[in-house]
Amino acid sequence: MLHIANGRVYDPANGIDGEVRDIYVANGKIVKDVPPKARRIDAKGLVIMPGGVDIHCHIAGPKVNLARKLQPEDHRHDVHPRTAFTRSGVGGTVPSTFATGYRYALLGYTTAMEAAVPPIGARHTLEEFHDTPVIDKGFYILMGNNVLLYKLLEQGRREEFREALAWWLAATKAYAAKIVNPGGDEAWKGRRNSNITKLDEKIESFELTPQQVIGALIEAVDELGLPHPAHIHCNNLGHSGNYTTTLETMRIAEGHRAHIAHIQFHSYGEVPGKSSHNPTSRAKEIAEYVNTHPNISADVGQVMFGKSTIMTADAPLAYMLARYTGGKWVNSDTEHESGCGILPFTYQDRVYTHALQWAIGLELFLLSKDPWRMVFSTDHPNGGTFMSYPRLIRLLMDREFRKEEMRKINPRALRQTALADGLDREYTLQEIAIITRAGPARLLGLVNKGHLGPGADADITIYDEDEDKERMFGAPRHVIKDGQVIIEDHEFRAEHQGRILHVSPDYDPKIVEVIRAFIDDYYSIRFNNYAVDDSYLGSHEVIPTLKQRSAAIAPGGG
Amino acid sequence: MSNNIRIINDATCTFCGCVCDDMHLTVDLDTNKITKAENACVLGRAWFKEHGIDKDRPFALIEGRDASTEEAIEASAQILANARFPLIYGLSDTTCEAQRQAVAIADMIGANLDTTTSVCHGPSGMAFEGVGESTATLGEIRNRADLLVFWGGNPAESHPRLFTRYTVTAKGMYIPQGKKDRTVVLVDVRRSPSAAVADIFVQVKPQRDFEVLWALRALVKGRRVDPAIEQVTGVSLATLEDLAQRMKNCRFGALLFGMGLTMTRGRHFNSGALLALATDLNEFTHFVAKPVRGHGNVTGADNVVSWQTGFPFGVNLGRGYPRFNPGEFTSADLLGRGEADAALIIAADPAANFPQSAIEHLKRIPVIVLDPKTTHTSKLARVAFTTATYGISAPGTVYRMDDVAISLRVALPSPYPSDENVLTRIKERVRELLGGNRVPAMSAA
Repeated sequence: MLHIANGRVYDPANGIDGEVRDIYVANGKIVKDVPPKARRIDAKGLVIMPGGVDIHCHIAGPKVNLARKLQPEDHRHDVHPRTAFTRSGVGGTVPSTFATGYRYALLGYTTAMEAAVPPIGARHTLEEFHDTPVIDKGFYILMGNNVLLYKLLEQGRREEFREALAWWLAATKAYAAKIVNPGGDEAWKGRRNSNITKLDEKIESFELTPQQVIGALIEAVDELGLPHPAHIHCNNLGHSGNYTTTLETMRIAEGHRAHIAHIQFHSYGEVPGKSSHNPTSRAKEIAEYVNTHPNISADVGQVMFGKSTIMTADAPLAYMLARYTGGKWVNSDTEHESGCGILPFTYQDRVYTHALQWAIGLELFLLSKDPWRMVFSTDHPNGGTFMSYPRLIRLLMDREFRKEEMRKINPRALRQTALADGLDREYTLQEIAIITRAGPARLLGLVNKGHLGPGADADITIYDEDEDKERMFGAPRHVIKDGQVIIEDHEFRAEHQGRILHVSPDYDPKIVEVIRAFIDDYYSIRFNNYAVDDSYLGSHEVIPTLKQRSAAIAPGGG
Repeated sequence: MSNNIRIINDATCTFCGCVCDDMHLTVDLDTNKITKAENACVLGRAWFKEHGIDKDRPFALIEGRDASTEEAIEASAQILANARFPLIYGLSDTTCEAQRQAVAIADMIGANLDTTTSVCHGPSGMAFEGVGESTATLGEIRNRADLLVFWGGNPAESHPRLFTRYTVTAKGMYIPQGKKDRTVVLVDVRRSPSAAVADIFVQVKPQRDFEVLWALRALVKGRRVDPAIEQVTGVSLATLEDLAQRMKNCRFGALLFGMGLTMTRGRHFNSGALLALATDLNEFTHFVAKPVRGHGNVTGADNVVSWQTGFPFGVNLGRGYPRFNPGEFTSADLLGRGEADAALIIAADPAANFPQSAIEHLKRIPVIVLDPKTTHTSKLARVAFTTATYGISAPGTVYRMDDVAISLRVALPSPYPSDENVLTRIKERVRELLGGNRVPAMSAA
């Protein structure tokens, strides 16, 4: 039991904005009160927030491990030594599993979502999660290029499409359904590395368009009542002029919820250049659409200057970037489920496109009118690593610092953006608490996370107040996970495993035979060996679907 | 055969890197033998047949005397806790669950950690770090590849079902007629039995693979190659030009390569040239490459060691954090220099295949071995555990050569503990002896 006394509490979900309050913890949960014998932590002069929640990052599974193996040069300069009870590892842009868990905790994050796993890679991802300490974690499965789903949709079997989606989520212990560059994989694998560029273009080998795939998945996710909506990486990521594709994608979602991932990468206009079209900012149009459409949410996918690693299920995009860098490149095709590309990348402040990307991300943050729906991410490690979060927070909270940084970047790029027009908003601590924890938790449907009301998971971060927000958010004084003091006075005091967060939607058992036939005919592993059994879960929590939740609270419900 | 039988469907064969998961096993519970392994290849049938439960084996041997598992754990923990430069090696024929425990021990005591990758496709791992890799799951190759190029290997004898289940004769979604829809090329220094399935056999002079690969890269990029290449490599320019054209013109090509490239002159340069060739070809069509891995879970070892330490093999944890340096921290090199003062060998037999100088050093230091069978290494070990065979008697996870993870089904319950069980108990005992992880003192020097 804990009694955290006299801290300045930022708990936006409960309308608490910097009031000095006491927080009580018992049995891993926030409670209304504890007996006087409870351990007391004096938080006078300290800032208290719920633990951070990362809605979109790449931290475990097949592509992440390939990216780790690919870059010994990225690890050797950033080692993570063991202590008497914590494990050693390495950092860089793709840290080892143990270092990933510890370093998230060191930044006050207690939950993170791996955003792109081919379903057949679920077992691998869960294995890595078991070696990723402290934080709670879940993963999204790639469903937007799934060949069986395409076949069902093509044949108009919409209900079976939905049931198959439910089966896949349940069979892999996933948290949400992800769509990446729908239609692109068939062109990439089946038509000599080409891609799809229009939402109404025919997908290679199918009588289908990306539009139909996106619409069907958005609807199916809503019908299943999953806690998180369809999580969409739009077509044409990174391409000049792609903002129209992004707007079109969001329009498909009318009447349904949808989450647009790393929307910064999808907010580009174009002007004719010498050899090709140059990107421009269309952040205003994108921000305006999101501001006025409450069914849409997004994470920003901010670019941070320096070393990153591109890792994406969008294989054609990675190939385009690899031809630009001329460096090493990984392509990895997963049967019937996904493509994947990986390469080392460096964002440079003097390069027009990179500077523009950096500025567009900040524009989106600063033009957003609803912090609950435009939340924080760098698409770690694509836009930058999670270790750059404190710096990004400072860019949002500190206008003068932002201006200093703006002076360093390519001025031609800066002039393209609203930043040059004196966009001088500063995020408050309350708004930071929304975009880094309360907002992502709400979008994920994690009712026990992102807030400090009674019944919430006791995931708590306690910061020293500091004018320098990068320093403040870079080193919380105490981090509490499930009521256990993991970091105290900046030092690890205890080991903690964290939980797997996943859904287990109900499905019509008749769909199993449809899937069995397809997997036994066209996969390289047997259907009976495909689903991940419960032994891979360890400590875990099933987040109920809407239907399951209402059944549980209805009279006579389980 | 008795009537007391049990059928296990869709069991997994862990003999080679193909990790076929469609084994239908018939188990005779009276004799503790697997009497039939439907769908298994000749190697798989032998694997299942020869791993019955031999209850007469001692649970452990300490200095050649029978001992309990418990006594052997105590002896092992004492050796490891007192070692200053312990080596942990092997890991390719055990489960990921056991591998994770082995890496945990290495981290706790500051050991040098290495796997059999360092003596098979380690050079491919290094080439991967240099140039990357365009690759695919085996199902993708089965469903789409209309051109298959096998290089420096003899799958017909080493991985028989690579041809029949995943590549040459397998039918796929876009390859409905199997072999009729594919062109198969074999490149090797000798006409091995695998040549029987090849439409084109290209015979390279021994030690000249690199030159052939480099010439192909040039031709793919439209550069001129001197016809004298034939004198150097034994392959005519016309043959190379034909192969380059086929590779550029296919719809989905796959290069599958073996240790004929990695363990001969050129090593990681050979693998790197091949991976770079596959990458180059993506300018024209879709092309992938895949090292054909040997041991059943050597790919799992690469994965586990990578996610826990950041590096795939040849990792030293002595300074309190992982360092990677093939040649320095790879076992054959390290033992050859006489550097380790104790060794924990899991599911591998270095005394059978390491250089003599390395074996001599193993004879000088206390060695702990975990293996279901008596091996050359277990015979020279101070402590030898008998453990349950993975995939037959021990459950867990293995990774196929294409990184697809598969769960194992137990066919024959074993009285012997699993590697995972033994390693976990050794770890706990070492932790007690050391009072936690060994943390190197910071010194100003």
